[in-house]
Amino acid sequence: MESRFISEINGKKNYSNTMSDMMSEKTEDAKTEAPIAEKYKLQTKDVNVFYGDFQAIKDISMNIKPKSITAFIGPSGCGKSTFLRLFNRMNDYIEDFKMEGKIKIDDKNIYKDKIQLEQLRKEVGMVFQKPNPFPKSIFENVAYGLKIQGIKDKKLIADRVEKALVQADLWNEVKDNLSKSALTLSGGQQQRLCIARTLAVEPSIILMDEPTSALDPISTAKIEELIHHLKQYYTIIIVTHNMQQAARISDYTAFFYMGELIEFDKTKKIFTNPEKKRTENYITGRFG
Amino acid sequence: MTNVQKNRLKDQLFKFWGIACTLIGLVLLVIFIGGILIDGLSRIDWAFITDLPSRKAEKSGIWTPLMGSVWILVLTAIISFPISVAAGVYLEEYAKKNRLSALLEINISNLAGVPSIIYGLLGLEVFVRIMNLGASVLAGALTLSLLILPIIIVATREAIKAVPGSIRDASYALGASKWQTIWNQVLPASSGGILTGVILALSRAVGEAAPLIIVGALAYVPFAPQGPLDQFSVLPIQIFNWISRPQQGFIDNAAAAIIILLLITFIMNGIAVYFRNKWQKKLQ
Ligand SMILES: Nc1ncnc2c1ncn2[C@@H]1O[C@H](COP(=O)(O)OP(=O)(O)O)[C@@H](O)[C@H]1O
Ligand SMILES: [Mg+2]
Repeated sequence: MESRFISEINGKKNYSNTMSDMMSEKTEDAKTEAPIAEKYKLQTKDVNVFYGDFQAIKDISMNIKPKSITAFIGPSGCGKSTFLRLFNRMNDYIEDFKMEGKIKIDDKNIYKDKIQLEQLRKEVGMVFQKPNPFPKSIFENVAYGLKIQGIKDKKLIADRVEKALVQADLWNEVKDNLSKSALTLSGGQQQRLCIARTLAVEPSIILMDEPTSALDPISTAKIEELIHHLKQYYTIIIVTHNMQQAARISDYTAFFYMGELIEFDKTKKIFTNPEKKRTENYITGRFG
Repeated sequence: MTNVQKNRLKDQLFKFWGIACTLIGLVLLVIFIGGILIDGLSRIDWAFITDLPSRKAEKSGIWTPLMGSVWILVLTAIISFPISVAAGVYLEEYAKKNRLSALLEINISNLAGVPSIIYGLLGLEVFVRIMNLGASVLAGALTLSLLILPIIIVATREAIKAVPGSIRDASYALGASKWQTIWNQVLPASSGGILTGVILALSRAVGEAAPLIIVGALAYVPFAPQGPLDQFSVLPIQIFNWISRPQQGFIDNAAAAIIILLLITFIMNGIAVYFRNKWQKKLQ
């Protein structure tokens, strides 16, 4: 559903396969749970994560609604990045990483063996803490995701690159210099380029791990505005160290502490009237 | 004298000692190169480069060993480049970190330290005799490829290691497979470092005489090689041959040939340094 909607708003045929194509096997089980899938974009159930003997995530269950912005907050080392990177399986590259429990996106378990990582990552994009453009031209950066899908149609690629740069609010700044190296851009521009690069693949979920922590206040404000605007098309999950940022841009906030999910609720509730003492202490700056 | 003053004095002494050592090396090098230039510079002209070998020193040129060196260089590059880069990529990106790969790794480091004459013996047995290639350019190039494989493999791995993990992350996060990530991102980003390693390795190969003498390269070849199975000589062997003659004319020839050989390796090293600087800048 999500993907179809996005391909409509982009006005193009959607080349990336949707999550439902991802798994050929359709179980009875999935059918009976269908109504929930309408309601939640992403669900985790009893998730534990271990790095060797160290348990980084402790029994977290969480449901995230489509086209919402969810902020992950909590002190350094509490497991925000680890948890976020579960959703596009970026932890898989860590040698002694082990995960237990279920994570479903559009009601498909993304940790089943049959899932293809490449397909999952077309559906779930990611923006990193430090802007990490490829040492290539601006155009090539945005076109990369399409190129690796085997898309050869030059016109189509050019259209999608432009659309993504427009959506990421970067087009006007770079349209005359598309062949310039991406490394010549400023930090804020580079981060918007990284967002554009992600949008070009037409995902339905975008994960952001402290996307503004390496940027100046003006670039940060620009990206916050952009995230707010993208919400109408995408489900966004953002890790942030900045309480004001979480309060400003998110609909829901999850507070993590030492690998546990302490509280998860509407952002307004978390910041005005949290259930747990720990949450209150953290957001009022009494620790962390 | 206080402790601080003592330390400062030690500091100064060490500095002067370091400068003296550096100067000794430098002075020796200048004397060596100066002597060669005095003997050889006047001998170098166009005819010296394009003449065939002759029994008379003043009529001898370096055309056949020069062309032999060029053939060896090109063939060695063609043979060693794909093999060693593929091996480097495999070891760095695909090999599981287990005992076997640890063993492989130690072996490769050790291979880099094996005296080149041992490679000559291996080449003689395997390429000249078993593969029946004879004392050909191809046999020589294969032997030198063995010699420089470990150097390029190590350089490739270092270059790949220098590629920031964030580039890999970005590629994977966009749905690229491992091979797509290596081919589209890792290799282009490490190409400068790999190229530097290849050129430095080749510039070592072009100065080698011992393994090629064992393989059967000749001191006297009447014509430049026309194909990979022809006989050949190379500059270092020609130099070795001339130097061992009693007549001053041949000594001058040797000096002139040394100048040409040095020039070739300096140019290659210069190109390597250029690529490395450009590459390092690109990776910040
Ligand atoms: N690759 C890893 N290997 C071992 N431990 C790790 C690894 N990555 C993170 N950790 C540990 O897991 C915990 C959570 O880390 P992380 O998810 O990065 O926290 P956060 O993003 O909230 O700062 C930390 O204690 C960290 O030291
Ligand atoms: Mg983190």
